[in-house]
This record gives sequence, C-alpha cells and structure tokens, in this order.
Amino acid sequence: MHSMTLVELRDGLQRGDFSSRDVVAGLLERIEARDGELNAFITVTAEQAMDVAGRADDARANGGAGALNGLPLVHKDIFCTRDVLTTCGSRMLEDFVSPYDAAVVERLASAGAIMLGKTNMDEFAMGSSNETSYYGPVRNPWDLSRSPGGSSGGSAAAVAARLTPAATGTDTGGSIRQPAALTNTVGIKPTYGRVSRYGMIAFASSLDQAGVITRTADDAALLLKVMSGFDERDSTSIDHPVPDYEALIGKPIKGLRIGMVRQHFDAGLDEGCATAVREALSELERQGAVLSEVDLPNLDYCVPTYYVVAPAECSSNLSRFDGVRFGHRADNVEDLLDLYCSSRGEGFGAEVKRRIMTGTYVLSAGYYDAYYLQAQKVRHLISDDFRRAFESVDLIAGPTAPEPAFGLGDKTDDPITMYLNDIYTIGANLAGLPALSAPCGMVDGLPVGLHLVGPHWSEETLLQAAHQYQLVTDWHKACPEAYK
Amino acid sequence: MSAAASGWEVVIGLEIHAQLATKSKIFSGASTAYGAEPNTQACLVDLGYPGVLPVLNEQVVRMAAKFGLAVNAKVAPRSIFARKNYFYPDLPKGYQISQYELPIVEHGELFIRDADGNEKRIGITRAHLEEDAGKSLHGAVEGSSGIDLNRAGTPLLEIVSEPDLRSAADAVAYMRKIHTIVRYLGISDGNMQEGSFRCDANVSVRPRGEEALGTRAEIKNLNSFRFVERAINYEVERQIDLLEDGGEVVQETRLYDSDKDETRSMRSKEEANDYRYFPDPDLLPIEIDDDYIEAVRETLPELPDAKERRFIDDYGLKPDDASILTVNLSLADYFEAVAEATSAKPQAVANWVIGDLVGALKRDSMSIADSRVAAADLAVLLDRIADRTISGKIAKEVFEAMWNGEGSADDIIEARGLKQITDTGAIEAVVDQVIADNPSQAADYRAGKDKLIGFFVGQVMKATQGKANPAQVNELLKKKLAD
Repeated sequence: MHSMTLVELRDGLQRGDFSSRDVVAGLLERIEARDGELNAFITVTAEQAMDVAGRADDARANGGAGALNGLPLVHKDIFCTRDVLTTCGSRMLEDFVSPYDAAVVERLASAGAIMLGKTNMDEFAMGSSNETSYYGPVRNPWDLSRSPGGSSGGSAAAVAARLTPAATGTDTGGSIRQPAALTNTVGIKPTYGRVSRYGMIAFASSLDQAGVITRTADDAALLLKVMSGFDERDSTSIDHPVPDYEALIGKPIKGLRIGMVRQHFDAGLDEGCATAVREALSELERQGAVLSEVDLPNLDYCVPTYYVVAPAECSSNLSRFDGVRFGHRADNVEDLLDLYCSSRGEGFGAEVKRRIMTGTYVLSAGYYDAYYLQAQKVRHLISDDFRRAFESVDLIAGPTAPEPAFGLGDKTDDPITMYLNDIYTIGANLAGLPALSAPCGMVDGLPVGLHLVGPHWSEETLLQAAHQYQLVTDWHKACPEAYK
Repeated sequence: MSAAASGWEVVIGLEIHAQLATKSKIFSGASTAYGAEPNTQACLVDLGYPGVLPVLNEQVVRMAAKFGLAVNAKVAPRSIFARKNYFYPDLPKGYQISQYELPIVEHGELFIRDADGNEKRIGITRAHLEEDAGKSLHGAVEGSSGIDLNRAGTPLLEIVSEPDLRSAADAVAYMRKIHTIVRYLGISDGNMQEGSFRCDANVSVRPRGEEALGTRAEIKNLNSFRFVERAINYEVERQIDLLEDGGEVVQETRLYDSDKDETRSMRSKEEANDYRYFPDPDLLPIEIDDDYIEAVRETLPELPDAKERRFIDDYGLKPDDASILTVNLSLADYFEAVAEATSAKPQAVANWVIGDLVGALKRDSMSIADSRVAAADLAVLLDRIADRTISGKIAKEVFEAMWNGEGSADDIIEARGLKQITDTGAIEAVVDQVIADNPSQAADYRAGKDKLIGFFVGQVMKATQGKANPAQVNELLKKKLAD
C-alpha cells in the first residue's frame, strides 16, 4: 500500500479496499522503521494523524468527505502548524510551537488531508543539499551517501522512499524542483501569487512560492487545486480562477510548442543528464509536441541576481528572530546588544549567517545602487527573456539540475559550486513563472529531472505535459531498490 | 540674546507624526484603542510572528489622500512601502514598514502668520504612511524592561516640512495649523497627551545672509506646543553660543528634557543607523487613479483658512475672532449654529462664544463637545438680549445659571424675575422718585456736572434690581433732569 499514489489511495478508500486508519498506520510504521537512515522528518505527528484518520473514516462513512479526505501527506517544516513544532530547520526555532496554521496547511486539512509529520529542510530554506539543516542532512534514498537536494530535501526523500505519497515544499530558487529531480519525484512550483504565503516562514518574499512533491503529475494536480487560490491574508496572492487541473491534464499534447533552451545544453551540464533530457523531449515530440530552440540570453545572470535579491530580502525577513519574543534566546547576556548578537549567533547556522551578511551588505548605503538596484534591473531583463521566448512556444524545457545527486559533503566547502546547482531553476523564480520537474531518466542509477517552465498561470499545461509523458513512460515508477 | 538680534538666522524643519484615526491597525485587524492593558491589542501580525504577512488597511490611503488634497499637494498615483531596518525590542519585525522613495503625498504647502502678523508660505516636502513601534516600559518589571506592543502597527502619517520655519513661534504656528487641518479632516484626533500628535524638529542656525544651511540637530519626540517652543529656543541658543565661542554644531539626535528645559545628545551621526531601506516585497504598490482622488476631494470639508475668510466676509467678524473660532472645528460649528439661530449680531455671538462660553469650558476643563449650554440654548439667551427682555449684564447671570443646569434662558428669566422693565411709565416713576430723593445732585447736574448722569443711572438700576432697560433709563433721566 505504501507505494500507492494519492489517486490510487483515494480510489481504494472510496471502494472500501482499506481505511484511512490502515493507510496512516502503515505509513507511520514505515516512517518509524526507515526514517532513521534518511532523516527526512523533524517531527512525526503520529497520534494526531491517527486521530484525523479516524475522523476521515467516519466522514467517509457519513458521506460528507472533502476532496482529499483521509489522504496522507507531510509538510515541509517551513509551514506553521498549530500546536506542532515548526523549526524551519533551524536551532533558532528548536522549541517554536506555532499558535496558528499556514494557509496551505489549513486548506489541505480542510479538504481532509492528514498530516503525518514535518520534514527536514535546509535551514530557513537556504541551501541546495539539505546539509544546512540544524537537524542534520537528509540522505537520498537512491544512495544514502548522496544528498537529496534542497531545500525541500526531506519532503523529496520521504516521497521517493514511499514514506508518504505526497509532500508540500517551497521553492525560492529551485527548492522543490531540484530535490524532485535528484530523487525521481515530481515537483511543481506554481506561479508567484498562485498559493498563499501566509504562514510560510519567509526566506525571500518576492521569490518564495509553495508547491508540492509527489510521484505523479496526477497527484500534483489533485493537491494543487486544493492549495491554490486567493487569500486576503497575503497581499501578493492573486485573485485568479483555479482551474480543475486534474480534469485538464488528460488532454493530449498534440501541437504543444516546446522550446529547448539553447543555453541549458552548454558546457556545465552532465552528459548523461543531457542525453536523458533530449530523449524525454523526443518522446514528447513523438506524442505530437512541436520542438524548437529558444534563447534565454541572460541565463548567466540568474544566479548572481538571485544571490543579491534573495539575501537582501532574507537579511530583513530574519530580523524578527532576535531572541525577544520567540525562538532561541541566549543565556546570561550582558546587555541588549549581547542578547541580539548571542541569540542570533547561536541560533543561526553558517549558511544563514552568510546570506544575512551578504544581504545586509547589498542593501547598505553606498552599495544599494550597485547591487540591489542593479539586480532588480537584471531581474527585469530575465523576465523579458522569458516573455520573448513565450511569444513562440507554449513551454520551455531543459534539465532541472546540471548533474544527478552529488555526495554529501562534496560541495559544502564551496558555496559558489553549490549555488550553481540551481542555475536552471532560478530564472522561473526571478520571473515569477510556474515550473515543474518530472523524472525522465537515470544516470548510473541516479535519477534525472526534466524541467518545464511555462508562462504565468500555465500550471495546467505543465501538469498536462508531465502527465501525458508519464502515461507512456515508466521513469516515475522507478523506486530505489531498498524502499520497494 | 535673541536670535533675531544677534545676526543669526534660525532654520527649522518639522517632521510631524499624526496618528490616523482608524479603528484597526495599518497592517492588521487589531484594535488601535488607547489605554488597554499592555499587549492585549497585539495580534500575531503585530508581534511579527514567523510566517505572518501585512495587509494594508485601505482607510489609511483615503486619509493620506485627504490630507494631501487639503494642503494642495500632489497625491501620488503610485507609491510604495519600504522597510526601514533596525533592531530594537519594541520593533517586533526588526524593521518598520514605512515609505521612503515614492511617498503617497508630495509638494504641499500651507500658510501661517509670522510674529509680525504677515502671511507666510510653508512648504510641505512630503507626507508618508508608516506603522508606529511599540513602547518599552523601563522599570515596569522588577530588574528588567517590559515591552508593550499595543501601539505597534498603529497607523501614522509623517508630515515633513521644508526648512521654511524661521523661529520657534513659526514652528508652533505651523504645527498648530497642521493640528487644525488633521482634525478638520477627521483623520486624526490630534490628542497630544496620548501621543497621537507629536513631532521631531530639525534645527540649525546660520549667519544672517548666508545661503548654506548650518549643521542641524534633530530634537526627537516633542509632544506639546509648549515643548516645541521651549526646546527650539533652548537649542537655538545652545547652537549660537557654541558657534560664537568658536565651536561647531555636531549633526546629532537630541532629546528634550522638559523637567530641566534643555536638550541633550542622544546619538551622533556616526552612531546613526544605516536603515537599509528597500521596497517591502510583502506589499503591493498603492495605486490611486483620478476617480479615486476626485471621490476623496468630494468628501473634503471646508478647510480652516476658507472658513476663517468666510467668517470675516459673511459674518463681519473681527479677523482675530474669526481666527480663534476656526482653530477648532467644533468651536466654529458651535459659533455658526448659534449665529444662524439667533437674531443677535454675529460679532455679539462671537464675543459670547469666545468670552463666556470658552471661559466656562476652560474653568471646568471641558471640551466644546461637552458644553453644558447647547448652541440652540445660547441662541435663545442672545435673542433675549436682542429683543430687550434682559440686558447684557443680566444675561451673564442667566448664562451662569444655564451652565449650572437651572434650565433654559426663558425659565431662568421667569423664575428669577429678571425680565427687563421696558414699560416707560414704570421707569418714569422710578426716575422721578430718584430725582426727588437726590435734589442736590440734580442741582449739580443741572449746573453742568454731566458726569453725574452715571450716578442717577446707578440709582435707578439699583431701585429696579438692574432690570430697567438702560437705554430707556438714560433717555428719561436726561429728559427729566433737563426740565
């Protein structure tokens, strides 16, 4: 049962093949048995999950069940969950029990979904390997010596290892898609403003967007429909109609225009990955998609732009963690300045500190114009690149990450190499575009992801392309041997 | 030595913080009511909890636009919120949401009267929206400081003047004018005791005739007109003394200590924060179109200057009285209500309102809204003077009785038997009697001691307990004594 998708579980529950209690109990047992080696969870909410499962079974019996009734999932520990520990992967929030639910948590719960626990992540979502977590790195189920990617590494590893059929994640520069690619899962980052950010602990507000990690495009469609929509508590959420994604993805892709990004296949891309992605595109072509090449001339500026904008916003967003009202507070401080310095010094890890310092620097008097303002201008140019590309194609495609999963510790000494792992994904965040990664091959037993980016509000097209691809391929069904 | 006499010119700019009179905060639904138990009016947004987001209270946009139109400013079609980053325990998020580049109001002006009574234009550089911080309560908790975040997130309009003010008196006149305007507009209660209206003063001096501005000091958080005047005067003298002794003014922030009547250094420019302003990514730009501005313009009340002009032109009031009456909208409304309802002359109404009514209010520390004599009732009293039922002097007595809740003017006049005697026959009888009782004075008067008329009037009034109509008494006495 643990390898079933959400859609399969939903159908089984409806047929009465098993109960939500059976499903949840089975998965909790599996988490208990297998998470020791993966470290994908920070908190497992077993008792609560069993309670909710019981209620879901009752609701189903009484005929009053929501769209996700009784279906299990996990939340990245960046989402605030009422009365449950919410750490954001940081020592700073080691003891933080949120007094409220994030909008995403609320929407999924009110549709009947059951939270099994909260997943490990890079500290405050700052990282691409899950190694910056205060709670230790997550291991990739495909090879325990490797990283599952980050920052939503715990979510991706848990889905890949069949500890849960689905997980929420957040994506600021690739934090859903890159781990999805590295773990053979589907990850979608919706259009900026599609899903409410209320209750999602902010890293870089203008780039952060919540999404999901699942094993099929179908499941992603099911969850996204529930999560999406306007929320008056988030001024940047947009009142745009939410289509019935699940119903729309069944359409064939004949005539869909897909642009291959010329620059994505330049030097820097692993050869095996390049081959897998080209092969996936050929498959889409066989189904009727029309391939062409497109240019994103400012691709090289994505990473530098991101590493000005994101740290700038994070340096301000993380100021609230000052040891005064909540979070870690240092003992035996001498005065106010000492309270701030010691609490933050002890509470934050090295990568978070590095980004706060970078962000503080680029916003400082005398540097603001040269860095922050300049980055905003380049951000416009990057958005323009995408806009131009979408004049001739419906989606653009390329690899999600430049290489398959890398070894834990391989990049920790060199932040720049680590940052470059997000080179293909960051553009979508800078331009606020929806993007998806889907399994499309293997290199030496390690998964490769196909990256699709669409214009604003094109989630249904992304999911449709991925779903049609999954109807004729089996890559997404591949499961690490040890977790079958 | 006064600045004016010393050859120094004083240059002042004010930053006024007016708390906007909204029910809920600028970015959250928590109440803004004053005086609640500490931290009972701070929700998760005000506390800066992880994951929470600000949502703009649309009311504040309307209020800021109203202010902009009232001071003949440009209301920006697009303005943006920015974060002002600094650490302080009463600032929950570690940044204050304010406006930096692109404020909502720019390029306004208003007119004050300087010490010589001349009208003077004061430029308003800008007015921007921002949230207030909380309050640190030192000593509230034994051995440590407490924080009250009730005020955190309270909406403020910060109004920045050009450095057009040339004296403490100018500064006070300007601040009073802004105070009057925001209360006319109903966008702030202007309550200075509760901190709803306060200012920072940027003060510098330069040798008269010099173009370049001197180095300025900023005096923080002045919350009364008196403190503004005294703090600026102290600061001007301090700077002049310093410069005349060959010293230099340091650019710094200073605090005014009202107990010692002095300013003292808080922090210098070197210690000043780099606030790292940048656009707040959690909030969309405020976008206002012409229709919105026109709709706001429709809601503008008559403004103080226009009202003052009208009181002079239409009611024929003395300029000073018109000015006094229009400082406070409620007072102006009261005056107009009386003036419209009575047959007494508007200037007489103004005299009564400014003199007796305001006097009584001050004596009992009441505001016009709580006046114990309603406008309609005062109008009746003034009618009784006009129709000669009572004299102006008796009216004072009636007013006091009305103030003390003894009833309407007519009831009191009736009950106390204060009705003026206008029956010529009755007065004539008393006049005859008084003349008969005082033959030697009558003789002296007739011999040319005109001043004795006062004595006779006094005697008649005494005999009628003040109720005889003074004009009639005068007339009759003159006639009879001439016989």
